Amino acid sequence: MVAQNVFFAILALLMIVSALKVVTTNNIVHAALWLVLVLAGVAGQFLLLGAEFVGVTQILVYIGAVIVLLLFGVMLTKASIGDEENINMPNRVLPAVIGTLMFAVMSYSIIDSYRGKELPKETVTNAAMVSDSIFSDYIIPFEAVSVLLLAALIGAVVIARKEVA
Amino acid sequence: MIELLALNPSWWQETFLIKVPIGLLAVLLPAGTIVYLYLFKAISFMQSRLGPMEAGPYGSLQLLAEVGKWIQKEDIFPSKADKFVFAAAPFVVLMSTFLLVVVIPAGPDALFVDLDAGIYLAMAVSSVSVIGILMAGWSSANKYSLLGGIRAAGQLIAYELPLILAVVGVVIQAGTMNMQGIVLAQAEGEILGWGGIGNPFILTQFIGFFIFMIAVQAELTQAPFDMPVAESELVTGYLTEYSGIRFLLFFIGEFASAGVFSAIAAVLFFGGWYVPGIDAGSQVFNVIGPLVLATKTMLIAFLIFWFRFTFPRFREDQLQRLAWKFLIPLSLANIAITGVLKVAV
Repeated sequence: MVAQNVFFAILALLMIVSALKVVTTNNIVHAALWLVLVLAGVAGQFLLLGAEFVGVTQILVYIGAVIVLLLFGVMLTKASIGDEENINMPNRVLPAVIGTLMFAVMSYSIIDSYRGKELPKETVTNAAMVSDSIFSDYIIPFEAVSVLLLAALIGAVVIARKEVA
Repeated sequence: MIELLALNPSWWQETFLIKVPIGLLAVLLPAGTIVYLYLFKAISFMQSRLGPMEAGPYGSLQLLAEVGKWIQKEDIFPSKADKFVFAAAPFVVLMSTFLLVVVIPAGPDALFVDLDAGIYLAMAVSSVSVIGILMAGWSSANKYSLLGGIRAAGQLIAYELPLILAVVGVVIQAGTMNMQGIVLAQAEGEILGWGGIGNPFILTQFIGFFIFMIAVQAELTQAPFDMPVAESELVTGYLTEYSGIRFLLFFIGEFASAGVFSAIAAVLFFGGWYVPGIDAGSQVFNVIGPLVLATKTMLIAFLIFWFRFTFPRFREDQLQRLAWKFLIPLSLANIAITGVLKVAV
Protein backbone atom coordinates (compact mmCIF):
# COMPACT_ATOMS: atom_id res chain seq x y z
CA MET A 1 0.00 0.00 0.00
CA VAL A 2 1.72 3.15 -1.16
CA ALA A 3 0.53 6.72 -0.68
CA GLN A 4 -0.62 6.80 -4.31
CA ASN A 5 -3.15 4.04 -3.68
CA VAL A 6 -4.53 5.87 -0.65
CA PHE A 7 -4.99 9.07 -2.62
CA PHE A 8 -6.47 7.11 -5.52
CA ALA A 9 -9.08 5.67 -3.15
CA ILE A 10 -9.90 9.08 -1.68
CA LEU A 11 -10.25 10.67 -5.11
CA ALA A 12 -12.26 7.76 -6.50
CA LEU A 13 -14.66 7.90 -3.55
CA LEU A 14 -15.08 11.65 -3.99
CA MET A 15 -15.75 11.18 -7.70
CA ILE A 16 -18.32 8.42 -7.20
CA VAL A 17 -20.24 10.35 -4.52
CA SER A 18 -20.20 13.53 -6.61
CA ALA A 19 -21.24 11.68 -9.78
CA LEU A 20 -24.21 10.19 -7.92
CA LYS A 21 -25.13 13.64 -6.62
CA VAL A 22 -25.00 15.04 -10.18
CA VAL A 23 -27.84 12.77 -11.25
CA THR A 24 -29.86 12.74 -8.01
CA THR A 25 -29.86 16.41 -6.99
CA ASN A 26 -33.04 18.38 -7.69
CA ASN A 27 -31.34 21.64 -8.63
CA ILE A 28 -29.68 22.10 -11.98
CA VAL A 29 -26.96 24.50 -10.74
CA HIS A 30 -26.10 22.11 -7.92
CA ALA A 31 -25.77 19.35 -10.52
CA ALA A 32 -23.27 21.48 -12.47
CA LEU A 33 -21.29 22.25 -9.31
CA TRP A 34 -21.13 18.55 -8.35
CA LEU A 35 -19.88 17.90 -11.89
CA VAL A 36 -16.99 20.30 -11.15
CA LEU A 37 -15.92 17.97 -8.32
CA VAL A 38 -16.10 14.91 -10.61
CA LEU A 39 -13.94 16.59 -13.26
CA ALA A 40 -11.50 17.92 -10.64
CA GLY A 41 -11.21 14.32 -9.42
CA VAL A 42 -10.32 13.18 -12.95
CA ALA A 43 -7.63 15.89 -13.11
CA GLY A 44 -6.35 14.68 -9.73
CA GLN A 45 -6.13 11.11 -11.03
CA PHE A 46 -4.08 12.24 -14.03
CA LEU A 47 -1.72 14.19 -11.75
CA LEU A 48 -1.42 11.12 -9.51
CA LEU A 49 -0.30 9.10 -12.54
CA GLY A 50 2.34 11.73 -13.33
CA ALA A 51 0.54 12.88 -16.48
CA GLU A 52 0.93 16.53 -15.59
CA PHE A 53 0.12 18.00 -19.00
CA VAL A 54 -3.09 15.98 -19.40
CA GLY A 55 -4.19 16.83 -15.85
CA VAL A 56 -3.71 20.55 -16.39
CA THR A 57 -5.52 20.33 -19.73
CA GLN A 58 -8.41 18.64 -17.93
CA ILE A 59 -8.65 21.59 -15.53
CA LEU A 60 -8.34 24.22 -18.29
CA VAL A 61 -10.78 22.66 -20.75
CA TYR A 62 -13.41 21.00 -18.58
CA ILE A 63 -13.53 23.13 -15.42
CA GLY A 64 -12.37 26.44 -16.88
CA ALA A 65 -14.35 26.33 -20.12
CA VAL A 66 -17.02 23.63 -20.39
CA ILE A 67 -18.49 24.02 -16.89
CA VAL A 68 -18.29 27.81 -17.01
CA LEU A 69 -20.19 27.84 -20.33
CA LEU A 70 -22.71 25.37 -18.89
CA LEU A 71 -23.31 27.52 -15.78
CA PHE A 72 -23.42 30.63 -17.95
CA GLY A 73 -26.12 29.12 -20.18
CA VAL A 74 -28.15 27.80 -17.24
CA MET A 75 -28.03 31.14 -15.42
CA LEU A 76 -29.03 33.10 -18.53
CA THR A 77 -32.14 30.97 -19.02
CA LYS A 78 -33.47 29.60 -15.74
CA ALA A 79 -31.70 29.02 -12.50
CA SER A 80 -34.08 29.05 -9.56
CA ILE A 81 -32.76 28.49 -6.06
CA GLY A 82 -34.08 25.46 -4.17
CA ASP A 83 -35.52 22.17 -5.41
CA GLU A 84 -37.24 22.02 -8.77
CA GLU A 85 -40.05 19.73 -9.90
CA ASN A 86 -39.83 17.44 -12.92
CA ILE A 87 -36.09 17.86 -13.32
CA ASN A 88 -35.30 14.14 -13.23
CA MET A 89 -36.12 11.89 -16.16
CA PRO A 90 -39.13 9.64 -15.52
CA ASN A 91 -37.73 6.80 -17.64
CA ARG A 92 -34.98 5.18 -15.57
CA VAL A 93 -34.83 1.62 -16.94
CA LEU A 94 -33.22 2.31 -20.31
CA PRO A 95 -30.41 4.55 -18.97
CA ALA A 96 -29.72 1.98 -16.24
CA VAL A 97 -29.36 -0.78 -18.85
CA ILE A 98 -27.08 1.37 -21.04
CA GLY A 99 -25.00 2.38 -18.02
CA THR A 100 -24.57 -1.22 -16.91
CA LEU A 101 -23.61 -2.33 -20.42
CA MET A 102 -21.04 0.49 -20.73
CA PHE A 103 -19.59 -0.41 -17.34
CA ALA A 104 -19.38 -4.10 -18.31
CA VAL A 105 -17.70 -3.42 -21.67
CA MET A 106 -15.16 -0.98 -20.21
CA SER A 107 -14.27 -3.11 -17.19
CA TYR A 108 -13.92 -6.20 -19.41
CA SER A 109 -11.65 -4.43 -21.91
CA ILE A 110 -9.49 -2.87 -19.18
CA ILE A 111 -9.14 -6.13 -17.22
CA ASP A 112 -8.57 -8.12 -20.41
CA SER A 113 -5.77 -5.93 -21.70
CA TYR A 114 -3.99 -4.99 -18.46
CA ARG A 115 -4.38 -8.00 -16.14
CA GLY A 116 -1.02 -8.99 -14.75
CA LYS A 117 0.82 -6.39 -16.80
CA GLU A 118 2.90 -3.67 -15.24
CA LEU A 119 3.04 -0.33 -17.01
CA PRO A 120 6.58 0.86 -17.79
CA LYS A 121 7.95 3.42 -15.35
CA GLU A 122 8.94 5.77 -18.14
CA THR A 123 5.59 6.92 -19.50
CA VAL A 124 4.84 10.06 -21.47
CA THR A 125 4.89 12.74 -18.82
CA ASN A 126 6.29 16.06 -19.88
CA ALA A 127 4.85 18.45 -22.40
CA ALA A 128 7.70 18.08 -24.88
CA MET A 129 7.16 14.31 -25.08
CA VAL A 130 3.40 14.79 -25.52
CA SER A 131 3.94 17.23 -28.38
CA ASP A 132 6.61 15.03 -29.97
CA SER A 133 4.24 12.08 -30.09
CA ILE A 134 1.29 14.20 -31.31
CA PHE A 135 3.29 15.70 -34.16
CA SER A 136 4.97 12.47 -35.27
CA ASP A 137 3.05 9.25 -34.55
CA TYR A 138 -0.41 10.79 -34.22
CA ILE A 139 -0.26 13.59 -36.78
CA ILE A 140 -3.20 12.29 -38.87
CA PRO A 141 -5.66 11.89 -35.96
CA PHE A 142 -4.51 15.29 -34.72
CA GLU A 143 -5.22 16.93 -38.08
CA ALA A 144 -8.58 15.14 -38.32
CA VAL A 145 -9.58 16.46 -34.89
CA SER A 146 -8.49 19.98 -35.87
CA VAL A 147 -10.64 19.88 -39.01
CA LEU A 148 -13.58 18.55 -36.99
CA LEU A 149 -13.25 21.37 -34.44
CA LEU A 150 -12.95 23.95 -37.20
CA ALA A 151 -16.11 22.59 -38.83
CA ALA A 152 -17.95 22.78 -35.49
CA LEU A 153 -16.72 26.35 -35.00
CA ILE A 154 -17.91 27.45 -38.45
CA GLY A 155 -21.22 25.65 -37.88
CA ALA A 156 -21.73 27.51 -34.58
CA VAL A 157 -21.04 30.84 -36.27
CA VAL A 158 -23.48 30.07 -39.10
CA ILE A 159 -26.25 29.02 -36.69
CA ALA A 160 -25.77 31.97 -34.33
CA ARG A 161 -25.45 34.58 -37.06
CA LYS A 162 -28.44 36.79 -37.88
CA GLU A 163 -29.22 37.22 -41.55
CA VAL A 164 -28.52 40.81 -42.58
CA ALA A 165 -31.23 41.91 -45.01
CA MET B 1 17.66 27.47 -0.31
CA ILE B 2 16.94 24.80 2.26
CA GLU B 3 20.28 23.09 1.60
CA LEU B 4 22.00 26.38 2.45
CA LEU B 5 20.57 26.26 5.96
CA ALA B 6 21.91 22.71 6.38
CA LEU B 7 18.46 21.36 7.21
CA ASN B 8 17.12 18.08 5.97
CA PRO B 9 13.35 18.11 6.53
CA SER B 10 11.00 15.32 5.46
CA TRP B 11 8.46 15.93 2.69
CA TRP B 12 5.66 16.62 5.19
CA GLN B 13 7.78 18.96 7.30
CA GLU B 14 8.98 20.81 4.22
CA THR B 15 5.43 21.23 2.94
CA PHE B 16 3.58 22.25 6.09
CA LEU B 17 6.28 24.02 8.07
CA ILE B 18 8.12 25.82 5.28
CA LYS B 19 6.22 25.98 2.00
CA VAL B 20 2.67 26.65 3.24
CA PRO B 21 3.61 29.56 5.60
CA ILE B 22 5.92 31.09 2.96
CA GLY B 23 3.17 30.68 0.35
CA LEU B 24 0.64 32.45 2.59
CA LEU B 25 3.16 35.24 3.14
CA ALA B 26 3.91 35.44 -0.59
CA VAL B 27 0.21 35.97 -1.34
CA LEU B 28 -0.82 38.21 1.56
CA LEU B 29 2.21 40.52 1.83
CA PRO B 30 2.05 41.84 -1.77
CA ALA B 31 -1.76 42.10 -1.46
CA GLY B 32 -1.44 44.26 1.68
CA THR B 33 1.31 46.36 0.14
CA ILE B 34 -0.78 46.94 -2.99
CA VAL B 35 -3.82 47.97 -0.96
CA TYR B 36 -1.86 50.43 1.19
CA LEU B 37 0.50 51.89 -1.42
CA TYR B 38 -1.89 52.07 -4.37
CA LEU B 39 -5.53 51.81 -3.24
CA PHE B 40 -5.07 54.03 -0.18
CA LYS B 41 -2.16 56.32 -1.08
CA ALA B 42 -1.51 56.53 -4.84
CA ILE B 43 -5.17 57.18 -5.70
CA SER B 44 -5.34 59.82 -2.96
CA PHE B 45 -2.34 61.69 -4.34
CA MET B 46 -3.81 61.50 -7.86
CA GLN B 47 -6.95 63.13 -6.45
CA SER B 48 -5.01 65.80 -4.49
CA ARG B 49 -5.79 64.44 -1.03
CA LEU B 50 -3.75 62.70 1.65
CA GLY B 51 -5.59 59.42 2.16
CA PRO B 52 -5.45 57.65 5.54
CA MET B 53 -3.15 59.50 7.97
CA GLU B 54 -4.32 58.61 11.50
CA ALA B 55 -3.61 54.89 12.04
CA GLY B 56 0.15 54.53 12.40
CA PRO B 57 2.80 56.63 10.61
CA TYR B 58 1.27 57.98 7.36
CA GLY B 59 -1.73 55.72 7.92
CA SER B 60 0.31 52.58 7.35
CA LEU B 61 -1.70 50.57 9.90
CA GLN B 62 -5.03 51.55 8.35
CA LEU B 63 -5.30 48.15 6.64
CA LEU B 64 -5.01 46.28 9.97
CA ALA B 65 -7.78 48.47 11.38
CA GLU B 66 -9.95 47.69 8.35
CA VAL B 67 -9.35 43.95 8.67
CA GLY B 68 -10.24 44.12 12.36
CA LYS B 69 -13.44 45.93 11.49
CA TRP B 70 -14.48 43.36 8.86
CA ILE B 71 -13.79 40.42 11.14
CA GLN B 72 -16.02 41.88 13.86
CA LYS B 73 -18.94 42.49 11.50
CA GLU B 74 -21.92 40.17 11.32
CA ASP B 75 -21.77 37.51 8.60
CA ILE B 76 -25.19 38.07 7.02
CA PHE B 77 -26.89 35.50 4.79
CA PRO B 78 -29.87 36.64 2.68
CA SER B 79 -32.95 34.65 3.75
CA LYS B 80 -33.61 33.24 0.27
CA ALA B 81 -29.95 32.52 -0.51
CA ASP B 82 -28.57 29.06 -1.24
CA LYS B 83 -26.63 28.96 2.05
CA PHE B 84 -23.92 26.42 1.28
CA VAL B 85 -23.01 27.74 -2.17
CA PHE B 86 -23.14 31.31 -0.84
CA ALA B 87 -20.74 30.41 1.97
CA ALA B 88 -18.34 28.43 -0.24
CA ALA B 89 -17.98 30.91 -3.14
CA PRO B 90 -15.25 33.17 -1.62
CA PHE B 91 -13.13 30.11 -0.82
CA VAL B 92 -13.24 28.91 -4.44
CA VAL B 93 -11.96 32.32 -5.58
CA LEU B 94 -9.21 32.38 -2.92
CA MET B 95 -8.16 28.80 -3.70
CA SER B 96 -7.59 29.73 -7.32
CA THR B 97 -5.35 32.65 -6.25
CA PHE B 98 -3.35 30.54 -3.81
CA LEU B 99 -2.75 27.82 -6.41
CA LEU B 100 -1.34 30.44 -8.80
CA VAL B 101 1.51 31.41 -6.50
CA VAL B 102 2.78 27.82 -6.42
CA VAL B 103 4.39 28.02 -9.86
CA ILE B 104 6.23 31.35 -9.45
CA PRO B 105 9.99 30.93 -8.91
CA ALA B 106 11.80 33.48 -6.73
CA GLY B 107 15.38 32.22 -7.17
CA PRO B 108 17.40 29.31 -8.62
CA ASP B 109 16.41 27.09 -5.66
CA ALA B 110 13.82 29.31 -3.97
CA LEU B 111 10.66 27.87 -5.50
CA PHE B 112 7.64 25.87 -4.38
CA VAL B 113 7.43 23.27 -7.17
CA ASP B 114 9.33 23.06 -10.44
CA LEU B 115 6.49 22.02 -12.73
CA ASP B 116 7.26 21.16 -16.32
CA ALA B 117 4.05 22.87 -17.47
CA GLY B 118 4.24 25.73 -14.93
CA ILE B 119 2.73 28.63 -16.89
CA TYR B 120 0.11 26.29 -18.36
CA LEU B 121 -0.99 25.32 -14.83
CA ALA B 122 -1.18 29.01 -13.89
CA MET B 123 -3.45 29.76 -16.85
CA ALA B 124 -5.64 26.74 -16.00
CA VAL B 125 -6.16 27.47 -12.29
CA SER B 126 -6.74 31.18 -12.89
CA SER B 127 -9.85 30.20 -14.88
CA VAL B 128 -11.31 28.35 -11.88
CA SER B 129 -12.07 31.63 -10.07
CA VAL B 130 -14.91 32.27 -12.57
CA ILE B 131 -16.81 29.38 -11.01
CA GLY B 132 -16.53 31.03 -7.58
CA ILE B 133 -17.85 34.31 -9.00
CA LEU B 134 -20.76 32.57 -10.75
CA MET B 135 -21.53 30.70 -7.50
CA ALA B 136 -21.58 34.00 -5.59
CA GLY B 137 -23.78 35.72 -8.16
CA TRP B 138 -26.31 32.91 -8.42
CA SER B 139 -26.61 31.94 -4.75
CA SER B 140 -27.27 35.48 -3.50
CA ALA B 141 -30.89 35.35 -4.79
CA ASN B 142 -30.54 38.92 -5.99
CA LYS B 143 -30.95 40.05 -9.59
CA TYR B 144 -28.06 42.51 -9.40
CA SER B 145 -25.78 39.78 -8.07
CA LEU B 146 -26.86 37.40 -10.84
CA LEU B 147 -26.31 40.07 -13.51
CA GLY B 148 -22.88 40.83 -12.06
CA GLY B 149 -21.96 37.14 -12.02
CA ILE B 150 -23.04 36.66 -15.63
CA ARG B 151 -21.17 39.79 -16.73
CA ALA B 152 -18.06 38.54 -14.93
CA ALA B 153 -18.28 35.14 -16.60
CA GLY B 154 -18.78 36.61 -20.08
CA GLN B 155 -15.84 38.92 -19.54
CA LEU B 156 -13.51 36.27 -18.16
CA ILE B 157 -14.32 33.82 -20.98
CA ALA B 158 -13.59 36.54 -23.55
CA TYR B 159 -10.29 37.68 -22.03
CA GLU B 160 -8.91 34.27 -21.14
CA LEU B 161 -8.18 33.64 -24.83
CA PRO B 162 -5.94 36.70 -25.44
CA LEU B 163 -4.28 36.05 -22.06
CA ILE B 164 -3.29 32.50 -23.00
CA LEU B 165 -2.42 33.42 -26.61
CA ALA B 166 -0.16 36.25 -25.38
CA VAL B 167 1.67 33.75 -23.17
CA VAL B 168 2.13 31.40 -26.15
CA GLY B 169 4.45 33.96 -27.80
CA VAL B 170 6.70 33.93 -24.73
CA VAL B 171 6.59 30.13 -24.55
CA ILE B 172 7.65 29.85 -28.21
CA GLN B 173 10.54 32.21 -27.67
CA ALA B 174 11.70 30.59 -24.44
CA GLY B 175 11.16 27.09 -25.81
CA THR B 176 9.66 25.89 -22.53
CA MET B 177 6.52 26.21 -20.38
CA ASN B 178 8.56 25.84 -17.20
CA MET B 179 8.63 29.15 -15.29
CA GLN B 180 12.24 28.63 -14.19
CA GLY B 181 13.14 27.83 -17.82
CA ILE B 182 11.50 31.07 -18.97
CA VAL B 183 13.58 33.06 -16.45
CA LEU B 184 16.80 31.35 -17.53
CA ALA B 185 15.95 31.81 -21.22
CA GLN B 186 15.75 35.55 -20.57
CA ALA B 187 18.92 35.59 -18.44
CA GLU B 188 20.98 33.73 -21.04
CA GLY B 189 19.29 35.12 -24.15
CA GLU B 190 20.75 37.54 -26.65
CA ILE B 191 19.15 40.30 -28.70
CA LEU B 192 20.65 40.27 -32.21
CA GLY B 193 23.83 38.71 -30.89
CA TRP B 194 24.25 41.08 -27.94
CA GLY B 195 23.76 39.49 -24.55
CA GLY B 196 24.69 42.38 -22.27
CA ILE B 197 21.38 42.45 -20.39
CA GLY B 198 20.14 39.02 -21.49
CA ASN B 199 16.87 39.08 -23.37
CA PRO B 200 13.99 40.32 -21.19
CA PHE B 201 10.96 39.40 -23.28
CA ILE B 202 9.44 42.86 -22.81
CA LEU B 203 11.85 43.96 -25.56
CA THR B 204 11.10 41.18 -28.06
CA GLN B 205 7.54 40.35 -27.03
CA PHE B 206 6.21 43.86 -26.41
CA ILE B 207 3.00 43.08 -28.35
CA GLY B 208 2.51 40.05 -26.10
CA PHE B 209 3.09 42.22 -23.01
CA PHE B 210 0.58 44.79 -24.24
CA ILE B 211 -2.08 42.10 -24.81
CA PHE B 212 -1.20 40.31 -21.56
CA MET B 213 -1.63 43.44 -19.42
CA ILE B 214 -4.98 44.39 -21.02
CA ALA B 215 -6.24 40.84 -20.54
CA VAL B 216 -5.00 40.78 -16.93
CA GLN B 217 -6.80 44.06 -16.25
CA ALA B 218 -10.01 42.45 -17.53
CA GLU B 219 -9.41 39.15 -15.71
CA LEU B 220 -9.01 41.05 -12.44
CA THR B 221 -12.20 43.04 -13.22
CA GLN B 222 -10.33 46.26 -12.45
CA ALA B 223 -11.57 49.49 -14.03
CA PRO B 224 -11.91 50.20 -16.99
CA PHE B 225 -13.20 46.61 -17.11
CA ASP B 226 -15.21 46.67 -13.85
CA MET B 227 -18.68 46.10 -15.32
CA PRO B 228 -19.28 43.03 -13.08
CA VAL B 229 -19.17 45.28 -10.01
CA ALA B 230 -20.26 48.53 -11.71
CA GLU B 231 -21.47 50.44 -8.66
CA SER B 232 -23.66 52.89 -10.60
CA GLU B 233 -25.53 50.09 -12.38
CA LEU B 234 -25.45 46.93 -10.26
CA VAL B 235 -24.86 48.14 -6.65
CA THR B 236 -21.66 46.00 -6.41
CA GLY B 237 -22.61 43.10 -8.68
CA TYR B 238 -21.87 39.65 -7.29
CA LEU B 239 -20.50 41.19 -4.06
CA THR B 240 -23.77 42.96 -3.20
CA GLU B 241 -25.01 40.54 -0.53
CA TYR B 242 -21.63 39.78 1.04
CA SER B 243 -20.62 41.29 4.35
CA GLY B 244 -18.08 40.84 7.12
CA ILE B 245 -15.45 38.15 6.76
CA ARG B 246 -16.73 36.79 3.44
CA PHE B 247 -16.50 40.22 1.86
CA LEU B 248 -12.98 40.44 3.28
CA LEU B 249 -12.11 37.13 1.59
CA PHE B 250 -13.30 38.44 -1.79
CA PHE B 251 -11.37 41.66 -1.17
CA ILE B 252 -8.17 39.72 -0.37
CA GLY B 253 -8.76 37.56 -3.44
CA GLU B 254 -9.04 40.62 -5.68
CA PHE B 255 -5.82 42.28 -4.54
CA ALA B 256 -3.87 39.06 -4.02
CA SER B 257 -4.60 37.99 -7.58
CA ALA B 258 -3.52 41.44 -8.78
CA GLY B 259 -0.20 40.79 -7.02
CA VAL B 260 0.12 37.24 -8.31
CA PHE B 261 -0.66 38.20 -11.92
CA SER B 262 1.89 41.04 -11.66
CA ALA B 263 4.44 38.49 -10.46
CA ILE B 264 3.60 36.22 -13.41
CA ALA B 265 4.03 39.19 -15.77
CA ALA B 266 7.37 39.95 -14.07
CA VAL B 267 8.53 36.38 -14.67
CA LEU B 268 7.28 36.21 -18.26
CA PHE B 269 8.42 39.61 -19.51
CA PHE B 270 10.94 41.12 -17.07
CA GLY B 271 13.24 38.23 -16.27
CA GLY B 272 11.70 37.26 -12.91
CA TRP B 273 14.31 37.08 -10.16
CA TYR B 274 17.23 37.81 -12.53
CA VAL B 275 19.12 41.11 -12.70
CA PRO B 276 21.78 41.62 -15.39
CA GLY B 277 25.39 41.60 -14.27
CA ILE B 278 25.33 38.59 -11.94
CA ASP B 279 25.73 35.02 -13.16
CA ALA B 280 22.27 33.39 -13.29
CA GLY B 281 23.46 30.23 -11.53
CA SER B 282 24.87 32.19 -8.59
CA GLN B 283 23.63 31.35 -5.09
CA VAL B 284 23.26 35.09 -4.47
CA PHE B 285 19.93 34.96 -6.29
CA ASN B 286 18.42 32.73 -3.62
CA VAL B 287 18.71 35.70 -1.26
CA ILE B 288 18.18 38.74 -3.49
CA GLY B 289 15.92 36.94 -6.02
CA PRO B 290 12.71 37.25 -3.94
CA LEU B 291 13.43 40.96 -3.37
CA VAL B 292 14.12 41.57 -7.08
CA LEU B 293 10.93 39.73 -8.01
CA ALA B 294 8.92 41.67 -5.41
CA THR B 295 10.24 44.99 -6.74
CA LYS B 296 9.36 44.11 -10.33
CA THR B 297 5.95 42.84 -9.19
CA MET B 298 5.17 46.10 -7.42
CA LEU B 299 6.18 48.19 -10.43
CA ILE B 300 3.89 46.15 -12.71
CA ALA B 301 1.07 46.28 -10.13
CA PHE B 302 1.42 50.07 -10.23
CA LEU B 303 0.63 49.94 -13.97
CA ILE B 304 -2.56 47.97 -13.26
CA PHE B 305 -3.74 50.45 -10.62
CA TRP B 306 -2.67 53.48 -12.61
CA PHE B 307 -5.05 52.34 -15.38
CA ARG B 308 -7.70 51.55 -12.78
CA PHE B 309 -7.62 55.05 -11.32
CA THR B 310 -7.49 57.01 -14.57
CA PHE B 311 -9.72 55.31 -17.15
CA PRO B 312 -13.53 55.52 -17.38
CA ARG B 313 -15.54 52.31 -17.59
CA PHE B 314 -16.19 50.58 -20.95
CA ARG B 315 -19.65 49.58 -22.11
CA GLU B 316 -20.36 45.84 -22.20
CA ASP B 317 -20.44 45.64 -26.03
CA GLN B 318 -17.21 47.67 -26.34
CA LEU B 319 -15.53 45.24 -23.96
CA GLN B 320 -16.56 42.19 -25.99
CA ARG B 321 -15.59 43.87 -29.26
CA LEU B 322 -12.15 44.79 -27.95
CA ALA B 323 -11.46 41.18 -26.96
CA TRP B 324 -12.84 39.28 -29.95
CA LYS B 325 -12.17 41.68 -32.81
CA PHE B 326 -8.91 43.29 -31.75
CA LEU B 327 -6.94 41.42 -29.08
CA ILE B 328 -7.47 37.84 -30.31
CA PRO B 329 -6.52 38.52 -33.97
CA LEU B 330 -3.55 40.60 -32.77
CA SER B 331 -2.33 37.83 -30.47
CA LEU B 332 -2.72 35.21 -33.25
CA ALA B 333 -0.64 37.43 -35.54
CA ASN B 334 1.92 37.78 -32.75
CA ILE B 335 2.16 33.98 -32.44
CA ALA B 336 2.60 33.58 -36.20
CA ILE B 337 5.36 36.23 -36.38
CA THR B 338 7.11 34.86 -33.30
CA GLY B 339 7.03 31.35 -34.76
CA VAL B 340 8.48 32.49 -38.09
CA LEU B 341 11.22 34.55 -36.42
CA LYS B 342 12.05 31.74 -33.99
CA VAL B 343 12.80 29.44 -36.92
CA ALA B 344 14.36 32.05 -39.20
CA VAL B 345 16.68 33.92 -36.79
